[in-house]
Formats: sequence, structure tokens, C-alpha cells
Amino acid sequence: MGTPLIELVNVSKSFSGVQVLFGVNFKVQPREIHCLVGENGAGKSTLMKILSGVYPYGEYEGEIKLEGYPVKFFSIRDSEKAGISIIHQELSLVPEMTVYENIFLGNEIKKGSVIDVFEEIEKARELLSKVKGENINPTSRVKDLSVSMQQLVEIAKALSKDPKVLILDEPTSALSETESKNLLLLLKELKQQGVTIILISHRLKEVLKVADSITVLRDGRTVAYFDCKSEKVEEKKIIKHMVGREITNLYPLPITKPSEEIVMEIKNWSAVDPKTGRYLVRDVNIHVKKGEIVGLFGLVGAGRTELGLSLFGNPYSYIVSGEIILEGKKVKFKTPEDAIKHGMLYLTEDRKEKGLILINTMRENISLSNLKALAKGLTVDKAKEIAIAQDFQKKLNIKARNVEVKVSTLSGGTQQKVLVAKALFTEPEIIILDEPTRGIDIGAKYEIYMLMRQLASEGKAILLISSELPEVLGMSDRIYVMSKGRITGELKVEDANQENVMVYAVS
Amino acid sequence: MKEFIQHLKSFLKEHVRDYAMFIALLMIMAVFATLSGGEFLSPVNISNLVDQTGYIAVLAIGETLIIVIRHIDLSVGFLSGFLGAIAAILMQFHHFSALTAIVIVLVLGTLAGLLNGSLVAYLKIPAFVVTLAGWLAYRGALLLATRGPGTIIISNKSFNAIGNGFIPDIPIFQSFLQGYHKLTLLLGVLGVILVIYFSFKTRAQQINRGFDVLPWDIFIMEILFIITLLLYITFTLAAHRGISWTFAIVLIVTFIYSFITNRTVLGRHIYAVGGNPEAAALSGISVEKITLIVFASMGFLSGLSGILFASRLQSATTTAGTLFELYAIAGAYIGGVSAAGGVGKVVNSLVGAFVMTTLTNGMNLLGVDISLQYIILGIVLASAVIFDVATRSKGR
Repeated sequence: MGTPLIELVNVSKSFSGVQVLFGVNFKVQPREIHCLVGENGAGKSTLMKILSGVYPYGEYEGEIKLEGYPVKFFSIRDSEKAGISIIHQELSLVPEMTVYENIFLGNEIKKGSVIDVFEEIEKARELLSKVKGENINPTSRVKDLSVSMQQLVEIAKALSKDPKVLILDEPTSALSETESKNLLLLLKELKQQGVTIILISHRLKEVLKVADSITVLRDGRTVAYFDCKSEKVEEKKIIKHMVGREITNLYPLPITKPSEEIVMEIKNWSAVDPKTGRYLVRDVNIHVKKGEIVGLFGLVGAGRTELGLSLFGNPYSYIVSGEIILEGKKVKFKTPEDAIKHGMLYLTEDRKEKGLILINTMRENISLSNLKALAKGLTVDKAKEIAIAQDFQKKLNIKARNVEVKVSTLSGGTQQKVLVAKALFTEPEIIILDEPTRGIDIGAKYEIYMLMRQLASEGKAILLISSELPEVLGMSDRIYVMSKGRITGELKVEDANQENVMVYAVS
Repeated sequence: MKEFIQHLKSFLKEHVRDYAMFIALLMIMAVFATLSGGEFLSPVNISNLVDQTGYIAVLAIGETLIIVIRHIDLSVGFLSGFLGAIAAILMQFHHFSALTAIVIVLVLGTLAGLLNGSLVAYLKIPAFVVTLAGWLAYRGALLLATRGPGTIIISNKSFNAIGNGFIPDIPIFQSFLQGYHKLTLLLGVLGVILVIYFSFKTRAQQINRGFDVLPWDIFIMEILFIITLLLYITFTLAAHRGISWTFAIVLIVTFIYSFITNRTVLGRHIYAVGGNPEAAALSGISVEKITLIVFASMGFLSGLSGILFASRLQSATTTAGTLFELYAIAGAYIGGVSAAGGVGKVVNSLVGAFVMTTLTNGMNLLGVDISLQYIILGIVLASAVIFDVATRSKGR
């Protein structure tokens, strides 16, 4: 092996006294796809932020070597000049600005002292076609694009700097399977064109498909390095290193069997987007039994989230029609509050934006969904509030110092548990979980799954919306598959496998 | 014809927000014109109106950028009053020339803006608090500066011309177009030619590069609309005494700020910082630097506003600048800036400022009771923002 293109030597980093990286070593060969994996909080993003100059030289210990020579990056600009471009986990686009303005933000093309708009639009078009985004209009506003399109804009933006190294931090976590597949194909193509790629991902199957080499981080330390060309690497092996223990079965088995009693039945349910007149959900007929976990699988854009939201009091004012029957009685929800009163709960896929108030404490977040239950006259019974929060902390095994910690300081998986606790506090009978394990690490996932099993055994009916096929297959008693707003298939879990579910999903 | 109506409909649907301000302003003017029996639209009054708007308009332009980057500046009113008093003191008591006094005041304004900006950008103190402190301090400073005489009368003629004088006329062709200010007409016609030239040039470039363009009929209609407006203003002003120095200054400031916001890197970075500060920072833009620049520009414009107001009154008074900041902020909001950041055009805020003074001027002319005037201004501000929110959630 020759000189690595990038080498990080003995890198350590602390945030206000808390050390997160402990002498990490990391190297990437030129023209390869290198995958960086590890649980949440392992320090992957921090490491990449050091490499890309977000945390400037002096704020960390250790050394960055580029083609064998030590370098110091004092800003993002410096690393970009050295040919390193990063796409962050949270999309860093300006929604109100157009696609071409975003692509060239910070790198504007000028003619004299004035921005050359025409040139920018033309170049943007070229870059977009390079990332297979020909159908994106460079003059559209970013806020009008879908998440996957925005992702392509981000990549086009990174490529506009003509990088030698492209770092992608969890680029597929918000994408559907097909979209992810396309993205990975794109990365392979970029590699062919001579770009070195560092990919951070939770999706190990994807990682194994594209990686030339893999580094595993755990708790701020490098614990393993695999060269995929010289050895066969298995998912289990990586997981073992990631968590430091072997997870024999990622999906816990059901505790009890679902009963035959139907809790919720949906008849001829449709939802129309009032802006475009397009059907988001069309003629859906589904039911959920007591103690049952029903998977709802579909690719992004299939209408899964829209179905969940339109049932849950329809907060986005779609035009809906059809019937909701709860325990034999026809009901109508005008608002989510109505739905909660009737024992239904929807857990959002977007926990940071819509689910939690990050600057508030865990206690305040949990109690917010049902403050009325804590009312003591006109005030909130704080003692009771604390007791309940502590109860949930114990029950859900929420890793936090106490219930008074700010939610923003917790990891993704822990935040998700707080969100679940908040949901459970309303004492729902029917729980709609929308992507409950998105972006959280394997250990936390397992605990969420355990919790689902436990809830089902207590007789709750669970509708699990997910775009992760193994999760749906591993957790559901029964599976509905959605495509283009319609239910295209219903399967018992015994009869379901990746292939036949996917056939319905793309139909 | 059918095709034209269809084009017009889709155009209005897409651009209702861009033109709503102009249409609203024209409607308000039409109402006042009718109620006042034409007096409102008389050349003298229009000229007056334009000069009255000047010192608010420059502040509204500055506030637009401040609000675009998600801040607010409450200090600008009394800062402008205080700086006006400084100009008066320099000229009256220390015999500075008008030019020196103006330069000093503009520099002081910029420094004051830099102070606000650095507190907001680097110490991360909320702009509301920083500038509220400024509001109090400059108010005190103004009282201090005018403590002796109370009102400082300015006797410098060239200084006073800024708020009351007009650009010179071309001395030749005395008999030609008598009663009209010929340089004003010339500039107006020049403006029309430039508008036509650049509209066609841009359109040709767009077609050349294969971009979507407006249909011909709508394109022509849009140009005709702008030209008509331009010519109307030109002739009205020319029929009085031409373009005033105040109006000339406002036009130049508007032009420069429009150019910066629309065409330069700095402008784009300002909108990026307002639209998503994290994304801007990750794109290598210094949010602190942009904040500092925007506040400094606000300070500079406060100085300019102080000069315009002091010269208009030909004096510095103890109450100069009172409520200016709120009128400017109202103008910016009427012009459609978004408090959420990243959205707002300089030209629209100028129109917003004109809406404010048009209402005041018109109601004064009609003898509307002052208490009612405030209520109406409040309703107009609220309606403008409601309209803005309503059209924003729809469409786009």
C-alpha cells in the first residue's frame, strides 16, 4: 500500500471538558470509498469536522496528513482549498434561496464585481446532470424540492468545488431504498472519476456494498480497520466491533400473540393535497388488532407519513374522506388533540423539528403531551411531574443523569426514547410510529424494539411506518405495503420476505 | 385576447407578492386624489411627499437588511436625531463646512453601527437589547447636545438645500417646454431608455441560454407599467421644481443597495445568513462579519437620515428622530420582509415607506383627526403583514 491520501494521527478532541475522541488513527487510500461506521456518539461526525476544518487547528490535538505531509486547517475554506468537501448530516442549504444560489454559496462565480447569474445557472445545470439531477430546475427554490433532490443539490454543491475528497455524513438516512441505491451508484461513479470518498453510514448493508475499506469507531477510539479487497467482511463482524458485543438477534421475539379483537379499522380512506389536487393517499382499507404490530412499508413518497398524519387529526389540512372506526364506533377527528382524546397517538419521524422542544428539560418534554393530567388547580403539580418523568426514565431505560437534563444534550437514540415516553404519557391504545429508529444506533434501536414488544404485550395496537425493510420484517405481525398512495399488498409476516414485499412496493 | 388574459392570470398568480405593494400604493393615492379633489396629486404635494419620505426611506432600507439577517435595530431613530444635532453644532458653533460636517456625521454613524454590530455579532447579545440600550443612550445624548439652546438653528445654506433644494436646471432652451424642469425630464427619459434597454437585453440573454421567460404580451405590459409610472413621476416633479436633492439621494441609496443585494456576493451572503445561518457558516461565510457589515450600514444610513431631517427643518431639535425607527420598521414590514429571515427586498421597503408617508400626508391634507390617523396606520400595517403571510403559505 502506498502513502495514504489522508491520515489522521492520534487525534483527540474535547468539548468543554468532555473528551469525545481519544487518540483516533484514521487513514484513507486515494481513489477508494472508505466507510466510517460506529454507533451514535462514537465520534464519527466530530472526526470528520476536524478533517474538514469546521473545528479549526488548535481546537484538537493530533495531526492531519495529506499525501504524507502535515497540514493545518484554520477554516472550512482551508480544507476546501486542499480539496476536501464535506456534506453534513443536517442538510446545509438555505431553503429560501434557489438551487443555483445554494450550489455556489461561498464560491460565487463573478464577472467583475458582479455575480454572473447566467454562468452560475448553466454551471449548476452541468453539475446537477453530473449527479443525475437533470430534472431539478436550477432556479427553483430549495424549499420546494423533496429531501432526495435536496441531497443531490448538496452533492452538486460539494462537487462545484472540484474536490479530491468528498465526505458524506449519513447521506442516506432520509432517503428511501431506491434513492439510496441511486446515491450509492453515484458515489461509485464519482470514484471512477477519481474522487476519494469517505462515507459515514448506519446502514451496514449499504456500507458493505460500496466500501473498499472500513474504519470502525467506538466511544471515540478506533477499534477496527477492514480492507474489503483482501478479506471478506461480514455485517455481524462489524456490528460486534461497533457495539463491543455480539447481537445475535437484532429483533426481539414477540412476547404474546395478538388478539383477534380489531381496535382500529380504516375504510376507503383518501387524502388529497389541497395545493396540487394530487391524491396522497387513495382508498386505503386497513385494520389493526389489539396487541398487534402492523408494519406499513413503502418507499419514500408512497404516502406512508401522509396516511399516518391524515388519520391523526389531519394537522396539515389535507382534504380527507373515508371512515375511522375505533372499537366498532365511527369517529371523526378534527385535530390531533381529538385523536389523542380517543386514544390514538402518532410519533413523528422528525423528532428534532416536530417532536421535541430541544432547549427544554426531559421532564418538561415528557409532561407536555398531557399536562392536564398533572393539573393542580391552575398550576402544574411539579412533584407528580417529576415522579412520572422518573418512572418513564426507569421503564424505558433512558440514559440521562436525571430528568432535569436538557434534551438537546442527549444522543439521538435517547431523544427518541424521550419522544416515546412523551407519547406513552397520553396513555394511547393505538400508536402510530413513524420511522421510530431513524438515525439512531443499533443498541438504542434494540431497546426501542423491546419497548414495542412490551407495549404490544400490554394490548396496545401499533402501526409501524418504516422504510427499512428488515425492520418491518423483523418486528411486524402483519405487513401492509404502500405504493403511490394505495395499499398494494397485505402479507402475514411468515409469508413475507424482502423480495415479495419489494415487488408490492414498486408496483 | 383570450391568450393574453390567461397569461395575465398566471402572471398575477405568481407575482402577486412582487407587485402588491405598488398596486396598494397606487390605490391609496387614487383614494386620496379623489377625496382631496385632485389636490393630493398636485406637483407641489407630490414633491413634498417625496421629501417627507426621504429620512424614513433611508432608514427603512437599512432596517430591511437588519431584519433579513433576523435582527432589529431600535436605536436608529434617536441616533439619527443625535447625529443631526452633532452636524448642527459642528456647523453653527465650530464653523465647519457643510461637507466636513456631513462626512464626520456619516463616519460617526458608521462607528455607532459597528458598536451595535460587534455587540450583537461577537458577544451574541440580542439585537433588541443592544439597540434598546442605544435608543435610551442616544435619546439622552440628543437632549444633552441640545440642552443649551433647545433648538439649534442651522444657517448653512448649502446644508439646508439638501432637505429643501432641487437639482439645478439646464440653463439653455429657456423658451422650450416652459414651466417644466428640463434636467428632470431629461433624467426621466434617460431612465425610461435604460429600463427598456436592460429589459430587452436581459430577455435576449435569457432566451439565448434557453431559460423560461415571460410571454411577450406580459413582458410588454410590465415594461409599459414601469414606464408609465416613471414618466408620471418625472412629469409631476418637473412641473414643480424638479427632482429634489433629498429624492436624488434616496434614489442613489436605493440603487446602490438594490445593486448590492441583487448582484453582489455580499448581498447573496446577507440573504444566506438570514435564510439559514448554520448553512451559511458551513459554506465558509462568516456570519459575524456579515452581521457587522449590516449594522454598520444601518449606522451610516442613520447618519444620512439625521442629515436629511436636520436640513429639512433647518435646525436640530430635542425631539428629532422620535419614532423614526418604528416608522422605518413598519415600512420594511409593509414592504414584505419576513421576520423569519432571508426574505425581503430593498425596493419594496422603499415603497413600504412611501405607503406610510402617503397615508400620513393624505390624511393630513384631508384633515383627518390625528388619533384616527394612528389607528388607520396600525390597521394598514397589520393588513399588509396578514396579506404577506396569506400569500406566502399559498403558492410557492
